[in-house]
Amino acid sequence: MMKLDFSGLESASSHFHGVDSELVEGLSRAPSFEIPNTTNFDGFQKEAIQMVKPAKGTTTLAFIFKEGVMVAADSRASMGGYISSQSVKKIIEINPYMLGTMAGGAADCQFWHRNLGIKALKKECEIEYINFLTYPMGEEFIGISHMFRCRLHELANRRRISVTGASKLLANILYSYRGMGLVGTVLPYYVDSEGGRLKGNRFSVGSGSPYAYGVLDSGYHYDMSVEEAAELARRAIYQATFRDGASGGVASVYHVGPNGWKKLSGDDVGELYYKYNPITPRMVEQEMAEAAEP
Amino acid sequence: MTKQQANWSPYDNNGGSCVAIAGADYCVIAADTRMSTGYNILTREYSKITKLADKCMMASSGFQADVKALQKLLAARHLIYQHQHNKQMSCPAMAQLLSNTLYYKRFFPYYSFNVLGGLDSEGKGCVYTYDAVGSYERVGYSSQGSGSTLIMPFLDNQLKSPSPLLLPAQDAVTPLSESEAVDLVKTVFASATERDIYTGDKLEIVVVNAEGIRSEYMDLRKD
Repeated sequence: MMKLDFSGLESASSHFHGVDSELVEGLSRAPSFEIPNTTNFDGFQKEAIQMVKPAKGTTTLAFIFKEGVMVAADSRASMGGYISSQSVKKIIEINPYMLGTMAGGAADCQFWHRNLGIKALKKECEIEYINFLTYPMGEEFIGISHMFRCRLHELANRRRISVTGASKLLANILYSYRGMGLVGTVLPYYVDSEGGRLKGNRFSVGSGSPYAYGVLDSGYHYDMSVEEAAELARRAIYQATFRDGASGGVASVYHVGPNGWKKLSGDDVGELYYKYNPITPRMVEQEMAEAAEP
Repeated sequence: MTKQQANWSPYDNNGGSCVAIAGADYCVIAADTRMSTGYNILTREYSKITKLADKCMMASSGFQADVKALQKLLAARHLIYQHQHNKQMSCPAMAQLLSNTLYYKRFFPYYSFNVLGGLDSEGKGCVYTYDAVGSYERVGYSSQGSGSTLIMPFLDNQLKSPSPLLLPAQDAVTPLSESEAVDLVKTVFASATERDIYTGDKLEIVVVNAEGIRSEYMDLRKD
């Protein structure tokens, strides 16, 4: 059975040295995940998730081009068929050079992003060359341990880890989460927890990704300018929100360049529709003629 | 050999709806008081709202046994916090504690749909809305529970403000006064009661503002 690394969770336990009461004992145990006492764990999970319907669903994408990296995402969270929020922040600003995106389980993303003290890393992370990491299903703590290992490599070998090496490290980390459906990208690589590791210039993750890929693949050139790339990313997210019910809200686009990231735009996709499909005003005579036809 | 299905579920749904609305210097939290199981009403006078901290109230619908367990845990953690820090937990701090507490049961979730309301450290109203496994967001208003699909669209119609994600940033205005917000809540529950069988009997409204906490009750349809 795989061992999930929860060392980042130890916090409350250190407060209770030398106190023996039963109440405190229950609270002082290092926080661990309670597992239900059932013979069929997977079946139980499936039923529980169906019943509880945790918030999820998304479209995120990222691609490399001449001027750096473009990252974009929607902002919708859905619980089953109900839209629970249209204003979820799916692109997380880890430090001035690093962005993280989330797809899949919102609670998973938020929890791991928080509990591994990403703030502590803000000082440590000068890993500019890995300027984009995507963690659907929210296991961003993998990203942190990955970043630590990249830094260790750098310190041990006196030079930065290559992107190839970084993606291999990530693939190995994800392997211990086999079967849990995790996906990551260390551009230009895509890695998942089934052992897949693919090289490419562009990736999209989430329920709306097939639609985003259509736009992204047909419009992509390596030598795009920043404006063209931003427009491509925005259009890809917009088209995904148009066709995928679980994606929507506000399409945010970020650019990561040699000096760090910058948010380029945040547009409501409902309004983007009218930008891409403007209503042409018709001549009054034309309308009258059409109305007169039997 | 045929697959055996579980004939006992650890969960039940006791129904009910909760709403919270945040204003410039107040917060309104409301919930109905009906507790049901299946088609039966267990009681007409069950409070779903609990005080977690001085300026922080939580309203929860779903499985009330899980809600009760959650409330006890949060109260205990709050007491420890008070002993260690010599002050009450602020609403944003309690919001994060609730999120973590829910997530620790990620693989055996609390069947509890929560809405947290109160005043932040600047005295402004804040509302946090949750899913059952702990994802949360600070919002201007929210509803959870069996009537939420009926209530939320109406609140969106009356209270929706531009998304904080838009660039260039647009101003989010909270136009309602405290009494207008309370009236809105009463209207909203009266409507939800008409069309949701699990919502009704009585409405409990709690208003948190700089002066303190006050409660109000209103009768709803009992059918």
